[in-house]
Amino acid sequence: MSTGILVLVEHLKGTMADITFEMLGVGRKVAAAQGGQVHAVLLGKNVAALATRLGAADSVLLADEPSLEQSSAEVIVPLLQQLMAQKQASLVLLGGTNASFGLGVQLSARMKVPFVNFCKGARVEGGSLVLTSQLFSGKILSDVKLADGKGIVSIYPGAFPAEAGRSDKTPPVEKVAVPPGSPKVVFKRYIEPDTSDVDITKQSVLVAVGRGIQNADNISLAEDLAKTLGGAVCASRPVIDQGWLPLSRQVGKSGMSVAPKLYLALGISGAPEHCEGMKGAQLIVAINTDPKAPIFDVAHYGANADCLEIIELLKEAVEKKKTK
Amino acid sequence: MNLIVLLKMVPDTVEELNVASDGKSLDSEYLRFKLNDPDEHALEEALLLKERAGGKVTVVALDAPEVDDALFMALAKGADRAVKIPADQASLGTVATARMFATFLASGGGQITPDTLVLPGSQAIDDLEGEVAAYLGEALSLPYVGVVSSVSPVNGKVVVLKEFSGGMRGEFEVTLPAVLGIQSAEKPPRYVPVAKVRAVMKSAKIETADIAPPESAKALAVERMYKPEVAGRAQILEGTPEDIAVRIASLLAERGII
Ligand SMILES: Cc1cc2nc3c(=O)[nH]c(=O)nc-3n(C[C@H](O)[C@H](O)[C@H](O)COP(=O)(O)OP(=O)(O)OC[C@H]3O[C@@H](n4cnc5c(N)ncnc54)[C@H](O)[C@@H]3O)c2cc1C
Repeated sequence: MSTGILVLVEHLKGTMADITFEMLGVGRKVAAAQGGQVHAVLLGKNVAALATRLGAADSVLLADEPSLEQSSAEVIVPLLQQLMAQKQASLVLLGGTNASFGLGVQLSARMKVPFVNFCKGARVEGGSLVLTSQLFSGKILSDVKLADGKGIVSIYPGAFPAEAGRSDKTPPVEKVAVPPGSPKVVFKRYIEPDTSDVDITKQSVLVAVGRGIQNADNISLAEDLAKTLGGAVCASRPVIDQGWLPLSRQVGKSGMSVAPKLYLALGISGAPEHCEGMKGAQLIVAINTDPKAPIFDVAHYGANADCLEIIELLKEAVEKKKTK
Repeated sequence: MNLIVLLKMVPDTVEELNVASDGKSLDSEYLRFKLNDPDEHALEEALLLKERAGGKVTVVALDAPEVDDALFMALAKGADRAVKIPADQASLGTVATARMFATFLASGGGQITPDTLVLPGSQAIDDLEGEVAAYLGEALSLPYVGVVSSVSPVNGKVVVLKEFSGGMRGEFEVTLPAVLGIQSAEKPPRYVPVAKVRAVMKSAKIETADIAPPESAKALAVERMYKPEVAGRAQILEGTPEDIAVRIASLLAERGII
């Protein structure tokens, strides 16, 4: 059995993403149980300097070219396919991020090996790799077995310890050539988030509203409460998608990562894509009518209540405390 | 433009989800289905493109509970054609589903013209094997971009925005025909009154396209499905809403937040 493991390094605008270390940690764990080498695949424009941080890998496979800035699946997939063959790799770890979206699927179709999405647990059991995935917004877990350890796995951000993938060692770097081509998907530019209204990453108190806030008119209630608490309002994706608040207020996978002193989650179910952006908050208080909502697993305090009722009452209670 | 939107019904997670007695699948007895959120956005983006650039919107779905409602709803919103492939979505994995759509599109049913955009939702919440959009790009040898939140036609191509993390987005130019996994439309999905949907149900028809499911339906065998252990980290505040509000205010005061 070939046991090379490829890890596709994630970085955005010159900054290494934590998911890279999380994946390297998983790679090391599997290699420790099954043997084999871990190769970090580093692709992009002006990225060579990042290689020194990949010491947890046995080697870094580097392609540093202007054309690789945010290159799409049609460039990356054939390259990974070529590296899998070269390194006799049977396992490829990708970040479960927007950046890597779709790569695993296409690679698996080409290599005719399974693709496993949303992976948040991995263990080696009698020669097979057993992977746990979370489905239905984190409400159901499912175990699948990769017989002979072959597959492409998308690793859920934040599910594995990043520490396990950090090392001070300097890994050997091997350059890889990118086959020429004229891609049909061409990267043009980055569009920075517009934080001209409020930068939610700089607020120490956030009142976060989810679909449970029910309609646009109720947003102003949350805004009044935020004002009383000395903070701002942010939201889950459906609220932004409805146009009730601007994109700059979105917390989560595609939105901002925030770590305020207080995160008051009102009518938010706690989907993994949302929690990714707020689990670092110092104090999380969740109000939700569903006692089984996953948000109660990340919150410090919670209450089963109608958030619309609590908003008004809490505002009064806080005002009372302040005047005392 | 030839705009083809793929729709999928998924279990509504607002309802309690339970594992069936086989321990490997969802208990379907009390499941309620709804249209996958991103698919609703894909439809909206297609309708916006039609309004701006002209063209025709076709919606396609495999058979699933309540799928007719979703297809009629799409027609009521402005789709020109609705097609159902009478194969049970639940019995097919993502890969087989993508292959069926690919066959549909490659056959007379869909037709990939030079101005075709295939628009599935970016992802479905039950998609253990991945994203249909990316498989389709591969199966049809078409360029693919996922997590797209805006599409504008420019000089025979499209300029799309893809979401990264931290609110950062990337602008890409894509040659047509192409497959774009839509995450959100530029505007909230439009609302259509029930009366209009009812009228469409009387006047319009859902076409069917018979396509044989591929042989090996599921690539991945689920060993076990179960509910996560409730970490139950939150300390639950009990009492009347007034009590709860006062408790929270005290907690904030104790911590110097207010
Ligand atoms: C690629 C990708 C990226 C994503 N990025 C993000 C992201 O950046 N941020 C993000 O948030 N999501 C993101 N999502 C979406 C995510 O999966 C969830 O769909 C979303 O977070 C759900 O938002 P919600 O909790 O507001 O809504 P729901 O899941 O619908 O939850 C609403 C909650 O409100 C409760 N409720 C209803 N009424 C009341 C009431 N009166 N009082 C109190 N509680 C009530 C309900 O019990 C329920 O728990 C992404 C998804 C994908 C696939």
